[in-house]
Amino acid sequence: MKQPIIQFENVTFKYRSQQEPTLKNIDLTIHQGEKILIAGPSGSGKSTLAHCLNGLVPFSYKGEMTGSLKIQGQETKELDIFSLSKMVGTVLQDSDGQFIGLSVGEDIAFSLENNVTPHDTMMKRVADVSRLVDMDEYLDASIHALSGGQKQRVSLAGVMVDDVDILLFDEPLANLDPATGRHAIDLIDQIQKETNTTVVIIEHRLEDVLYRNVDRIIVVNDGEIVNDSSPNVLLTSDVLQRNNIREPLYIKALKYAGCLLTPQHGLAHLNTLQTEAFKDKLLHWFEQSPPAKKRTLTHPVLQLEDVSFTYSGKENNIKKVSFSIDKGEMVSIVGKNGAGKSTLSKLICGFEKNNQGKIIYHEKDITGDTIYQRAERIGMVMQNPNQMISKHMIYDEVALGLVMKGTYSEEEIRERVENTLKICGLYPFRNWPISALSFGQKKRVTIASILVLKPEIIILDEPTAGQDFYHYTEMMEFLADLNAQGITIMMITHDMHLMLEYTQRAIVIADGKVTADDSPINILTNEAIVAEANLKETSLFDLAVLTGIEEPVEFVSKFIAFDREVRKAWP
Amino acid sequence: MAVEMLSYIEKESPVHRLSGGTKLIIFIMWSSAAMLTYDTRILLFLFIISMTIFIVSKVHIRDIAFVLIFILIFLLLNNIAIYLFSPQEGVRIYGTNHVLFEIAGRYNMTLEQIFYQFNITLKYFVVIPAALLFIVTTHPSEFAASLHRIGINYKIAYSVSLALRYIPDIQRDFRTIAQAQQARGIDLSKNEKLAKRIKNAGAIILPLILSSLDRIEVISNAMELRGFGKNKKRTWYSIKPFKRADYITIAVGAVILTVSLIITFHDGSRFYNPFL
Repeated sequence: MKQPIIQFENVTFKYRSQQEPTLKNIDLTIHQGEKILIAGPSGSGKSTLAHCLNGLVPFSYKGEMTGSLKIQGQETKELDIFSLSKMVGTVLQDSDGQFIGLSVGEDIAFSLENNVTPHDTMMKRVADVSRLVDMDEYLDASIHALSGGQKQRVSLAGVMVDDVDILLFDEPLANLDPATGRHAIDLIDQIQKETNTTVVIIEHRLEDVLYRNVDRIIVVNDGEIVNDSSPNVLLTSDVLQRNNIREPLYIKALKYAGCLLTPQHGLAHLNTLQTEAFKDKLLHWFEQSPPAKKRTLTHPVLQLEDVSFTYSGKENNIKKVSFSIDKGEMVSIVGKNGAGKSTLSKLICGFEKNNQGKIIYHEKDITGDTIYQRAERIGMVMQNPNQMISKHMIYDEVALGLVMKGTYSEEEIRERVENTLKICGLYPFRNWPISALSFGQKKRVTIASILVLKPEIIILDEPTAGQDFYHYTEMMEFLADLNAQGITIMMITHDMHLMLEYTQRAIVIADGKVTADDSPINILTNEAIVAEANLKETSLFDLAVLTGIEEPVEFVSKFIAFDREVRKAWP
Repeated sequence: MAVEMLSYIEKESPVHRLSGGTKLIIFIMWSSAAMLTYDTRILLFLFIISMTIFIVSKVHIRDIAFVLIFILIFLLLNNIAIYLFSPQEGVRIYGTNHVLFEIAGRYNMTLEQIFYQFNITLKYFVVIPAALLFIVTTHPSEFAASLHRIGINYKIAYSVSLALRYIPDIQRDFRTIAQAQQARGIDLSKNEKLAKRIKNAGAIILPLILSSLDRIEVISNAMELRGFGKNKKRTWYSIKPFKRADYITIAVGAVILTVSLIITFHDGSRFYNPFL
């Protein structure tokens, strides 16, 4: 029998600022060397659970904690955040914000510095740990110059330098492009095997984590543990669906096809899946599902012709980009972190001025227009709503753009704002302060504040980042509705399924150039493009191939159409 | 991209090779010497050495042009203010009165006043290169370590260096927010009247504060989780150990400081008087 290393006994925690406890009667035991995934929708309490482990709760975020939480046999309430950080190493979600040192070596050494480690011991330890994560050749490199995957390695090394027994990953996949996310999961797996640490991963992107083996999945909702079982057992049940966590797509497809799933079918990974057992049912489902609809194109609303741009004046960050967007399209822009997707959207909105090339809107050259002139045609919604909100009340925030124009009467403004609020589902909250809203609702406010100016095109940067499956669906259905009303939508995203599910077309940007412009499914089945742009193929396609379906692309399309219909019935 | 002022300038020079601690100590001694003395001979001597060190550091004037112009404008204002408030200061100090021409009332131009203000200006020119060199030749990672070395609490030292380090990030945030607000008609460019521009800047402050608070929460959690603030002391990864050059530099600095103070005070007056 393995040693228990983390023991929650009837733990209840209430933040000082809240009425209701965030965690209720948690009982959970994690053993030495286990790899645990904790999943749950937004606001379920999974982050609070993680904070209990590293000591941020109750030492930084104050509140009342009852029950007993022992880590390595010691009651955490009697320790402090520093002794806990010797046992539990935390890799935070924000891959940029958590760096303290400027160079790789300095950041890895941070914890050693705080422990008054002598300089020569410190240098040696940093060299050893950096070798473990394969970053020993980059010790003097500036962190800002690293790729997303390398940054992940550095932040991991920064906590491993303490020789911790437990590694805690707080949403390690957020903000990473799909391929980098996959490398991160690989890295965690490899480190765990080499060092035999206990690993706890908090993440709602289940399928991506299951890319490598996980011993148990804990599902948290409403502050309680609703599931504690091996992946194979969990995937046979409807726990994930009931708790608004996206099931792995191949599992969902099997369920739609009416297959009876048992833990013996090797459900946790596609390569262990006993596909033979499901072949007939899946084929039958495929044949009887109606074909997915195709959309017809209209006329171009936005055209880029040979657009180039440079920040530094030396190398071009955007290199001769040309494409044309039709009115009423919904288009994804995908590619690696740092490939130039955000820069491109800034050029389209006039935030930056392209050095070469033309931007054409409805056959009119708008290259020379100011930000403000363009804003009436093209609206931009940034990833972080906090960067856009400048008023305290929702109504004022949405009205701001119209008020600033100065040409509308108060009556006209009221009418337009109220209409927009209704479209965005915010009308009931119109007199609320913005600070009372959730992250997703704030994002809606920023979309409303752009929509009210009636642009024909909206560009959204990561519209669903940081949102759980329920809010993802809600947001995307809302955008799909807007699109159906004739607004052209462009989205920058790392979410492959979003791209497949909601857009008819994807533009792939790699190294400042357009490397592909095709339907999402064609892009995801082109191995060269997937590899070059750090994308990730979909498990649906692989499932179709494995079960011998002859038109795997059509299978994916049918699944997506079917799945969206099912989810439209959600409350 | 935003102008990055006062950031580290990577060069290979003897000044860059010195430990940050040495540079800070020299800077403090240098400024004390320049502040205490009004002896023109010493100031000229310090000025020549300052200039020599500046040339040795290989930092180009254009790298620091922005800050330099800013300081020079300030210096000009300072000189004007001195003249406006005490036009007879030179006469009072040097005890003679060589009038060049009269302006009005007590405002006239004397050789003594010109000489006095020349000394003040010279003081600036002695300190400016030392201050700028300390900032632009000390790697930001070493900055906090050098402050800590001369006895400043490491928490304060680290806060200062973190604040400096985040200036470019905040500038970037500011730019993004300003662009997004401009899209909604909140104009900060020259097309708008100044009063309106100031009012519009308010629309950028709130989002800037909110996003900076997010940033602070993340970084302070990250620091705490890695043991920052646990002990009274801490060690530094990127500290440069004191080498021979450092000891020699400090010794030479100390000698210059002592000698200049002796010369300044030996006759009981901080001023060198050419009018006697």
